[in-house]
This record gives sequence, C-alpha cells and structure tokens, in this order.
Amino acid sequence: MSFAEGKFTAKDIAEKPELFLSGHRACAGCAAPTVLRLVMKATRGPTIVTNATGCMEVSSTIYPYTSWATPWLHTAFETAGSNASGIEAALKILRKKGRIKDEQVDVIAFAGDGGTYDIGIQALSGAVERGHDFLYVLYDNEAYMNTGIQRSGGTPLGASTTTSQAGSVVPGKTERKKPIADIMVAHEMPYVATAAPYYWKDLIQKARKGIEVNGPAFLHVYAPCPRGWRSDTSKSIELSRLAVETCIFPLWEAVNGEFQLSIPSKVIALAPQKKKPVKGYLQTQGRFRHLFTPKNEKILDEIQKQTDRSWNKLLKKCGMTPPAKTAA
Amino acid sequence: MKSAVKQEVHGLNGDEAVALAVKQADVDVVAAYPITPQTIIVEKFSEYVASGEVNTEYVCTESEHSAMAACLAASAVGARTFTATASAGMALMHEMLFVTSGCRAPVVMAVANRALSAPLNIHGDHSDSMAERDSGWIQMYAENAQEVYDSMLQAFRIAEHLDVQLPVMVGLDGFTLSHTLENVQVMLDDVVSRFVGTRQLPNVVTHEGKTVPYKLDPANPMTMGPVALQNYYFEFKRQQEEAMQNALRIIQQIHDEYAELTGRRYGDGLLEQYQLDDAEIAIVCAGSTAGTVKTVIDDLRAGGIKAGLLRIRTFRPFPAIQIAKSLEKAKAVAVMDKSISFGGNGGALFHETRHALYDAHTRPYMVNYVYGLGGRDVSPSQIRGIYEDLRKIMQTKHVDELVKYVGLRE
Repeated sequence: MSFAEGKFTAKDIAEKPELFLSGHRACAGCAAPTVLRLVMKATRGPTIVTNATGCMEVSSTIYPYTSWATPWLHTAFETAGSNASGIEAALKILRKKGRIKDEQVDVIAFAGDGGTYDIGIQALSGAVERGHDFLYVLYDNEAYMNTGIQRSGGTPLGASTTTSQAGSVVPGKTERKKPIADIMVAHEMPYVATAAPYYWKDLIQKARKGIEVNGPAFLHVYAPCPRGWRSDTSKSIELSRLAVETCIFPLWEAVNGEFQLSIPSKVIALAPQKKKPVKGYLQTQGRFRHLFTPKNEKILDEIQKQTDRSWNKLLKKCGMTPPAKTAA
Repeated sequence: MKSAVKQEVHGLNGDEAVALAVKQADVDVVAAYPITPQTIIVEKFSEYVASGEVNTEYVCTESEHSAMAACLAASAVGARTFTATASAGMALMHEMLFVTSGCRAPVVMAVANRALSAPLNIHGDHSDSMAERDSGWIQMYAENAQEVYDSMLQAFRIAEHLDVQLPVMVGLDGFTLSHTLENVQVMLDDVVSRFVGTRQLPNVVTHEGKTVPYKLDPANPMTMGPVALQNYYFEFKRQQEEAMQNALRIIQQIHDEYAELTGRRYGDGLLEQYQLDDAEIAIVCAGSTAGTVKTVIDDLRAGGIKAGLLRIRTFRPFPAIQIAKSLEKAKAVAVMDKSISFGGNGGALFHETRHALYDAHTRPYMVNYVYGLGGRDVSPSQIRGIYEDLRKIMQTKHVDELVKYVGLRE
C-alpha cells in the first residue's frame, strides 16, 4: 500500500497502531480528536509531535495522563512552528553525530486556529521560510474554543462568538476569515493542502504527502466544534462535508505552488449545479442564527457572494474556468 | 594558582569569548536572533558555521521568542543548546524563560546586559536579566571577558548536571564587556571537550516501569509539557526550587574543578571577596563595575582605609547564607544596583542582600546606590564617594537616605 498515492483501505488504517489514544477529555462531538487520530494514522515511522496550547493540548495531556503514544511536546501557545524547528534541528544534528539511531524521525506540529492564524503565525512563517522539514496541521474550529468561544482570525463573517457577539447593533463578526492556506502557499513552500474529516481517506493521504515531502508542509483541516458552533454533537463530520459541498471550505492541494482541486471539490467544479447554497450550512449552527432575520439577510447574501468569489478565484488558480453565472 | 593545562592568550571581546566557548563546547543546536550588543556573538558563530569550524545546527529564528522555543524543543530531544540575547530580546523571551526552566531544559544563554525601553537605549545595565530573576534560571554575572569565557564553559556543566537540570544565563555588561577587547586565556579544544563532555540525560521511569533517558525518543514515547492542575502543579514548582538549591553546591563544585584545570578562580564560584576579611566598609555589586571598585579599594587601602568588595557572581540561586557570612565583619555596606525596581525602594541586589543579613548576629548599616542606568559611566571618584559615605554612616551610625543615585543629573 502507498499512503501518499491513496492506495490503502479502511482495513489498512484499522490495523495501524493508534498513536492518539482514547480517554482524552475533548467535548462530545468534537471533530478535532478525529482529525488528530486520522493524521497520526498517516505516519510513516517514528514521529515526534509538538502541540500548541489549545483544546487538543489541554484535553489530551492532563497530568499524569496522556493520550499520546508517540513523543509529544507542548511549550506555549505561539510556538508550534518554533518548537518544530528546534526538534527538527536537533534530530538532524544528533543523527549526524551518531547520537540518534533512527534513520528518519518525522515531525508533526498541531495547532488550532488561534495558534495559527493569530498568535502563532510569526513562528510558523519563520519556520517555513527556514525550510524545516515538518508537517504543520491546523485543526480549525474557527474560534478560541478552549477559552470559551472567542473570535479569532479564523472565525468567519457573521459568526457570533463571546468577543464578537451578535447584538441589536452588531451582527456577530464583521470581518471575514483570513485566507491562511493561501498565505502559506505564498511562502512558496513545497506542500499546502486543505482537508475535512468527512473525507477521511483524502485527509490521511494529504497528511502522508505532507510528511513525505522534503521541507515544510501545511495541512489546513476543518474541525467542527459543537460547543462553539452551537451545532448538533452528532453532526460534526457531516458539517465538514457540507462545508466542502457549499464551497465554504473547498478541498485542494498546492504542490510547489501548483494548485489542484481534490476530488470532492473537483466534482462540484465540473458540475456547478452540485454546489449547495451556504444557507443550508449556516442554518445548522446556532452561531449564525441571528443572520436568519430580515435585518441581517444582507449578511447571508454577503457570505454567499464572498464564498462564490473565493471559489471562482480558486478555480482560476486550478486552471479551471469559473461558470459564467454562479449557481447559488 | 597554576594552570594544569596549556592555554593560549587570545585578544577577544566578551561577545567573541562567548562565541568561542560555544564553539569549543560542541553545542548541538544554536537558535538565536540578533540584538545589540549581543550581535557579535551570532555573527562570530555564523562565521564558524560558514567555515565549517563547528558541528552545530544554527537556526536563525525570526524572533527571540522563537529562539528560546526552538532551544527548548531541541533540548527536549537531547541536544545541547545555546542562545544569546539582550534587553528587549530577553523581554520578548519572558514567557519562554519560565517554560524552559519549568520543562527542566538545560539551555545556556549569554546575555549582553542592556537597558530596557523606553526610552530606547542600547547601552549596558542589568534591567533585562534582573527583571527575569524569578524565571527559574540560574544567573551569573561576569566581571571581564576572561570570566565570560570561563563562566560559559562552566554553565553547560552546571545546567546539564543531573542534580540541577536548569537553564543558565551568563550576563556580560553590554559594550563594557561585550565590545571591549581583552586578553583572554583560552584552553585547547580537546581540553574543553573533556571538561564539558557530552550532554548526559537524567533517567526517568515510564508508566510501563521502564527506566529510560528523559528525552523525546520514539523508542520510549514521553509526553513533555503537559497540563498540570491544582493537584500536581505545585509539586513541579517545589522540585524546581530544590534543583536551584542543589545548584549552589554544583556551581561551587564545577568552579573548583575548572580552577584546578586553568588556575583561575572567582571566589567560591558564587561570591568573590576582595579585601573583605577585615573590611569595615564594603561594596556589594555584580558585573564589570567590580573591576573599578577593586582599583579604588587598592587606593583606599594604601591610605589605611579598610575598604572591601563582595562581588555577586551567582545571583540565582542567591547565596544568602554565604553573603551573610562574607559581610559579618562589615560595619557599613553599600549595595550597588545597575537596575531599579520601580516603587520597590531600590534595586533587587539591595533587597536580597539586605534580606540575607536580617538574621545576622550583627547587622551592618546598609545603603543602596542605583547607578549606571542606560550605560551611564561610573567613575573611580564616584566609587570613592560611596566609600566616603559609608565611613560617614559608620561614624554617625545613621543612614540619611536608604536609596541614592550615582552620577544622576538632579
């Protein structure tokens, strides 16, 4: 089986030992542990993980317990990139000096949207510029969920959070989501991709590509959060599918800066009638409830427009022609 | 004392002395960010890298925060690590200093001590490292470039000692030491290699009952830097304090071993006494100012005045008992602080020295002199003035003003 080529089955995955174990204390319905578990299924051998402060860090390592069956380091909120740099540098030199026997030890950094879009972007950008060989996985639940649902640079337009509250005057977050994956592509790094846990095989394959590529790789994974999104705890994986089907979160890869759509999004590109309206996605989540009022309808339209614009831009980057009139 | 090994005299400034020590200590990972007056260290090290003189991964990070995070992470993998900083750079590291000591990572750092903004000032004072005195780092302050070199080599041994396992910072006064050329006696590479050795790792017992080295190792997965709440956090902190107390002994032990080798000694490694045995009036200070104070003492002694000096070489752990012992005969003591604790009545060195003497059998009169902020020069005549003040205090048995400022425009 070749993971990077997608030649593996659910059985292959089931037979691989778990590196992220059960017993962690994430909330019911949280998609992030699923993301971590899937990424850790993509490893090719000995792997060291570093984790930014955030939901996954606090819920997986409450002393004296741990969910990690692989070496794991946490130091601070904004240090996923700089920790990965230090780990990779140490592995390189200690192997050269014969103090580490393993031929290859991979490095994976996990961070949430707060740790990536906001406080950790400098360390991430620096690590990528320096070309360290590691995979950075952003599990994006679109707000500071660990501290109680505060807005981040990854929170989408219109979402109500505890620091971008929907009130009689302000209709939730008034700014749009930062295009973080595009920012990473602009670093001219070897591998950038987006993934959603519903498309588990695509996610594992991309994680493996990121691990195998020489140099830095960035994987942006959508991770629905029932607590913060005010969504049904049984629907998180489905929501990650709906985000792809509405093109709110299209799936793509950029290999050495060359964009290409991944199959779930390519299907929509080839048959634009399959593109679902964003309303159906937004309706599933209490954080957007206030938008479904006559007063805020224009924000719903704006979200649709922005989604279409970004999607059409992506199609162009992938060498595809956007439809003359966007289906909405 | 005689040197047991061959040494060579090199013309080096303090920064170059740091870089040379780091090169000779065969550091595995250097992660650093440039800042005046530390820049010569990172430039010189880059020169070593470029000419293939070191076997080191050199990571030029995009900030000091990342430099410390990278050092900590590399240290967790088992690497010997080094960084250097000053002033704002150290302030930016603040968060990571605590994480590094809390993770018990024996990172070594040189600090070209410099004033903190605002106003912006690039010159030497101790504001930067004194502000980090509770960060869980061992702190040493050097008097000259020779001691910078010597302390750096000792620092790796102290930090990595199994009874310590704490990060160490070595302070060298910005410009006064960092940029001033001095003759420095240097050991040969192989002698340094033998002295410093390869980093040893403490053993820990895993959940499976296996005894393994404490590092990030895929063969023995370990979770480092977890969450520890009300039920465990406190014990972690208490252990750090115990390691600090162990360091008092280890610093002296390694200093002795180094002295045997090189013939160079700085008191007992914690404190250096100069003409202190019978001194009635004494100055306490840290760093390069001690050199000026010693010159003044020589003059005063020639005139029959019993003046002495206690130089704090190791500020963390604070050798309180040894300080009290050193000053037991002094009648009046002036503590010179090259930093200020706003609203705290003087500087940290004063507070802690005074605290150390509280339980002394006979307590001397004490007075604090804040001096040299932002690199303002302190002259021999000013030091002489301090000793004159002390004589007056001794005679009148009265301290007019607890905190004074040296060379200040008022």
